[in-house]
Amino acid sequence: MTPPRRGPLGRVADFLDDRTGYRALLHEALYERVPGGARWRYVWGSTLVFAFLTQVITGLFLWANYAPSAQTAWESVFFIQHEMAGGWLLRGIHHVMAQAMVVLLALHLLQVVIDGAYKAPREVNFWLGLVLMMLVLGMALTGYLLPWDQKGYWATIVATNLAGIVPVVGPSLQQLVIGGPEYGHHTLTRFFALHAGFLPATLVLFLVVHLAVFRRHGLHAKQPLTKPDGMFWPDQLLKDAVAMLAVMAVVLGVILVPAARAMLAGEAVHPGHLGAELGAPADPSQPYAAARPEWYFLFLFQFLKVFEGWGATGEFVGAILVPGLIMAAMALMPIVGGWRLGHRFNVAFTLAILAGVGLLTGLALREDYYALWVDRAALAEAETLHDQTGGDRVKLAAALGGDRAKATAIERQWKTLEKVRRSQAFLDAVKLAKADAARAVELAGRPERIPPAGMLAVVRGDPLMQGPRLFAQHCAGCHAHVDPLAADAEAVIAASSAANLFAFGSADWIRGLLDPEQVAGPAYFGNTAHKDGEMVSFVRDDLTDEATWPRADIDAVVAALAAEAGRPVPPEIAGLVERGRELVAADDRCGGCHRFRDNGAELSGEPDLTGWGGREWLVGIIADPAHERFYGHANDRMPRFGVAAEGELPQLTREQIEILADWLRGAWYRPSQR
Amino acid sequence: MPRRPVDARSPRDAAVVDPDHASASRRGFLAKVLAVACGGLATLPPVVAGLWTFLDPLRRQGSAATFLRVADLAAIPDDGVPRQFPVIADRVDAWTGFAAEPVGAVYLRREQGSRAVQALSATCPHAGCFIGFERAVDCFRCPCHNSSFTLDGGIVAPSPSPRPMDTLECRVGRNGQVEVKWQRFRAGVAEKVVQG
Repeated sequence: MTPPRRGPLGRVADFLDDRTGYRALLHEALYERVPGGARWRYVWGSTLVFAFLTQVITGLFLWANYAPSAQTAWESVFFIQHEMAGGWLLRGIHHVMAQAMVVLLALHLLQVVIDGAYKAPREVNFWLGLVLMMLVLGMALTGYLLPWDQKGYWATIVATNLAGIVPVVGPSLQQLVIGGPEYGHHTLTRFFALHAGFLPATLVLFLVVHLAVFRRHGLHAKQPLTKPDGMFWPDQLLKDAVAMLAVMAVVLGVILVPAARAMLAGEAVHPGHLGAELGAPADPSQPYAAARPEWYFLFLFQFLKVFEGWGATGEFVGAILVPGLIMAAMALMPIVGGWRLGHRFNVAFTLAILAGVGLLTGLALREDYYALWVDRAALAEAETLHDQTGGDRVKLAAALGGDRAKATAIERQWKTLEKVRRSQAFLDAVKLAKADAARAVELAGRPERIPPAGMLAVVRGDPLMQGPRLFAQHCAGCHAHVDPLAADAEAVIAASSAANLFAFGSADWIRGLLDPEQVAGPAYFGNTAHKDGEMVSFVRDDLTDEATWPRADIDAVVAALAAEAGRPVPPEIAGLVERGRELVAADDRCGGCHRFRDNGAELSGEPDLTGWGGREWLVGIIADPAHERFYGHANDRMPRFGVAAEGELPQLTREQIEILADWLRGAWYRPSQR
Repeated sequence: MPRRPVDARSPRDAAVVDPDHASASRRGFLAKVLAVACGGLATLPPVVAGLWTFLDPLRRQGSAATFLRVADLAAIPDDGVPRQFPVIADRVDAWTGFAAEPVGAVYLRREQGSRAVQALSATCPHAGCFIGFERAVDCFRCPCHNSSFTLDGGIVAPSPSPRPMDTLECRVGRNGQVEVKWQRFRAGVAEKVVQG
C-alpha cells in the first residue's frame, strides 16, 4: 500500500522513522491510558521532573561561570549575581526552584501515600522514589555551601560535623566529604562534584528506572473512577503543563515580587539584590550568630534542640537515629500497607510526620522571631526587677515585699524575657549579617576589583566592617561611640567612663571639647582622671575670657585641629587654619602646654598636637597612650594596646590598630568615590 | 514498509475507527496546542536566563590600548638583534584585579647608533602562539607551526602565517624610557586588525 503523498518534511520524518523507529517510541511515551481520565492530583510527579529539568538547565549555565575554590567561589558567585547580565535571574531561578522542589517532593509523596499508590505491585517504585527524595535533599544540602558565604559555610560545618558522629565510619566519612581535615578548596571541589555530578547523575539513573517502572504498572488511579478513561497525551499532559507553568510562575513571583514592591514604593531596584542571597564571604574567624539551615531543614535543627543536655548521644539520636528510623518506617510502608488497617496507619503516620515537621519548623521560626511580636513595654517592670535582683528569686521576693502572686507572675515574665533576648540576639545577628553582606558586595565593586587573595582579605581589613567589632571588644568598655544627636545618646554617654569618640577629630568634636559646658561632661573628660585637670580649667577659665580668646580665635583653633586630623574644615572657618596653627603653637596659647610641630614645648603629660587626630597620631595613641608624645605619666586608665612585655603579645596587632584608627577617622571606601 | 497498527485508544487513530469522532479530535488538538504552549512557556525562563548570562561576555570589552613602559634604552644593545622584554600592566580578570603583572612580551631591537626602537609583538599572527627568537640562525620561529620571520619581523616564505609579525607603536622618552603601545591583533587574517 502506497503511503499518501507527503511534503518534504514528512519525507524526512519517514526517513528518520524508518531508521530509528521514533514514532513508535514517542507513541509509547505519549499514549498511556489514564484510568478514569486526567486529574490534577496526578500532576506532582511531572512537576518534579520539570523542576529537575529547570535545575539542570540553570545549573549548567551557572556551572559555566562558577569557580569552586576558597578564593574564587564567593567571588565568582558575586560576579554572576551582581555583574553578569541576567545572572541574578539565573541564580534566582536555581535557588527558588530548589526550594520549590522540596515542596513538590512533599506533595508527591503525600499524594502517593494517600492514594495508596505505594502498594503492590508498586513497592519497588516507592522505594525508588524514596531514594530520589534523598538525592534531591542531598543536592539541596551540597548546593547550599557552594557560594562559600557565611551562611553556607556555617550550615555545612554543622551538617558535616553531624555526619561525623555516625558510629564507626563517621569521622572518616566527614574527612572524605570535606576533602581533608580542614574546610577549604577540596571541600568546595568535592561538594561541587557531588552537587553537579555524582548526585544528579545518580538521580537521572534512578529517575529513568522510576519512570520505567511507573509505566510498567501504569498510573495508579484513585478510586472511584467517575469519568471515562483518558490519555496521557494530551489530556494529562495538559494538566501537567499547566501545573508546571504555575510552579514557574510562583518561582518567578518569589524572585520578582520584591522588585515590584520596591518599584511601587518608588525605590530604585538593583537586580543584584533580587533572587538568591549572597552573604559575606566565609570566615572561620568571625562568629556568625545568624547561622540557620535552609528553611526545609529547620525542623531537623529544631528537633536537635529536643535533645539539649544529652551531649553527643543527643546529636546521634536527633540527627541520625530518629530520622533514620522514620526513613526506615517509610520504606516499610508498602509492606505495612498490605496488613489490615495498614494503609490507614501509613496515611496517619505520614500526616503525623508532616505535622511534626510543620510544628518543629513553626517552633524554630517562633523562637527566632519571638521578639517581633512580643510587646516589650509590657515586660518593662520585669526587666527592671531582673536588672535589680540579677534574676535571683529570693531577692525578687524581698523586692516585692512578699507578694507571692506577683513574684510568680514576674518570674513567668522573666522566662518570656529570656526568650525575647535570645530572639533579639538572633534578629540582631541577621541584621548584622545583612549589613556585612551588603558591605562585602560594595567592596567587591571597587574599581581595583578583588585582589588575587580573595574577598576575605578585603573584608578583614575593612575599617567599616571590622572597626565597630574591634571597638566593641576593646574600647567600648570605657569609650562611647555614639552620635550625640541620636535618641539614646545621653544614656550611653553617661554610662561610659571615657570620651565619646564619635566623629573624633571633626570640627564638631573639637568644638565640644573647647566648650566650657561640655569639657567636663561625660562626653569628654567628665568621667576620667582629667576631670579636674589643667585642660578642663583652661577651657572653663581661659577660653571664656573674650579678651584673650575672642570667638574668632577659638574658631581658628578648631579649624587648625580639624585640618590636622585630616577632617573637612567647615567652609565658614576654612580661612582660619593658618591663624589657628599659630595659636596652637604659641606659648601663651595652646603651645604653653602642648607641643605643636617645632614650638619647643616640653612633653610632660599633654598630648603632642602635631598631626593630632590623624591616622599616624591615632595609631600611636592606641598603641601606647602612656608614651610621652601622648599622655605620658598622666595617662588615665587606657591600656597600651600595641605594647607588650617581652615574650608577650600585645592586645592588638598593628593591622587591628590601623583598622580602628581608620574607622574612628571615617576613612573607609565609599562607592561614591568612584 | 511495516504499517503501524491502528490503535483505537489513540486519538490519532480515533477518526479511523469512528468517523464521528471529529469534534473530540478537535478538542484533542486544542489540548495539544495548549499543553505544548504551557510546557514551552514554563521552560522558557530558565533557558532565557541561562542564555542571557551565557552571552554576557559579548558585551565586555578589553582594556583600552595604552603606552606602557617596557624597558630603558640602555637595556637594548644597538646591534639590530631583538631582545625579549615582559610587558607589565595592571590586569582585570573577571572579578580579580592584578596589580603590575606580566601580561605578555615584546621583542625590542634597534640598529647601530639609532635611538629609534622597533617593537614586535611576540604573539604569532598565524594562530597566536608565542614566537621564539633563535639566536643561532638569527631569525624568529614560532614553535607551533614553524612560521619564520626575519629580524625585523618580515615573513620568510613559505610560511603558514598570513602576515609579518605585528609591530607595536613604540616611543622613546627623553630620559631613555622605552614605551610600547600594548595591543593584540586578530590572528589568522592577512590584515592587521586590533582585537577587542
